[in-house]
Amino acid sequence: MTTQAAVSANPVHAEHHETNYIAVFIYLSILTAVELGVYAMSLPQILRVGLLVALAWAKAVIVAMYFMHLVMERRALWMIAITPMVLVTFLCFMLLPDLTTRLWTRFDHKIKVPVSGEPVAPPAAQVPPGANGS
Amino acid sequence: MSEAAAIETHGHETVQVDQLETSLTPDNSGKLGMWVFLAGDAMTFGAAIAAYGALRIGNPNWPSPAAYLGITTTAIMTFILICSSVTMVEALSGIQHGNMSKYKNFMALTVLGGVLFLGMQAFEWHHLLGEKGMSIKRDLFDATFFILTGFHGCHVFGGVVYNSVLFIRGATGKLTPAKSGLVEIAGLYWHFVDLVWILIFTFIYLI
Repeated sequence: MTTQAAVSANPVHAEHHETNYIAVFIYLSILTAVELGVYAMSLPQILRVGLLVALAWAKAVIVAMYFMHLVMERRALWMIAITPMVLVTFLCFMLLPDLTTRLWTRFDHKIKVPVSGEPVAPPAAQVPPGANGS
Repeated sequence: MSEAAAIETHGHETVQVDQLETSLTPDNSGKLGMWVFLAGDAMTFGAAIAAYGALRIGNPNWPSPAAYLGITTTAIMTFILICSSVTMVEALSGIQHGNMSKYKNFMALTVLGGVLFLGMQAFEWHHLLGEKGMSIKRDLFDATFFILTGFHGCHVFGGVVYNSVLFIRGATGKLTPAKSGLVEIAGLYWHFVDLVWILIFTFIYLI
């Protein structure tokens, strides 16, 4: 703890924290207001989702950079901060096979219209058209 | 690396070690520990949000969040959390400059922001569970909503306790400007909670 105390009390180190936090707060508030504006507008779905995700990430990056002081930290801490993002990106790719099967059932459901009471067979077990009785 | 070797051969004078930092040594070990913890926590939230996205994209019957979730309360909650992040950095600035009354005032405001957030979340949950008839057991929309916002709420609660302890220690004179590093580490946690809420607000409520 003495280590921490000595280093934090170092005036050179303390000087690093002179960010204009009110400006950061104003940027975050403006971005939040823009988000709510995009939410309220009737934009095409893709544009709307794209804008909202971009705005959210912009806010998250501002918080990490200025409030969490990443902008003035060593690159080694950046590695720690970026690692989970890389891993979550991999995770999203790993979810893709599952997603494609789900999307298949979502968009190709016209192939087989389930009759009430009839058990719905999984896609792999469906008999191809024209193969009945063979 | 040559610096690192020199440090190790010079024994255990920890203050000197920190002044001659290597590229892998942050200002203090506590901060490194908090960053590693937050990286793990970010993975947990990232996995939960990715799972939510996969379930939602794959489900044609996923309801529109707007049908259940109002955003007026949550927009105010978002604003409160952003404000509490600002009060947290101001508290840190206060203690770093030896201004303990500034530290105590802004730390109290930070704790208040967290408590307000939790109160509004409780109000929202009460409304959703009661009038809207939502339940964690009803369907995946409800389950993912309560798990994600609940897990985040637990983090806010933890942050409120964490910040309260630091506030009390400051008020009783146990926390001095020489130990401002402790406030900086708590700040990292609190800002992370704010950051995660920004993403949850977008993915759960707005999209």
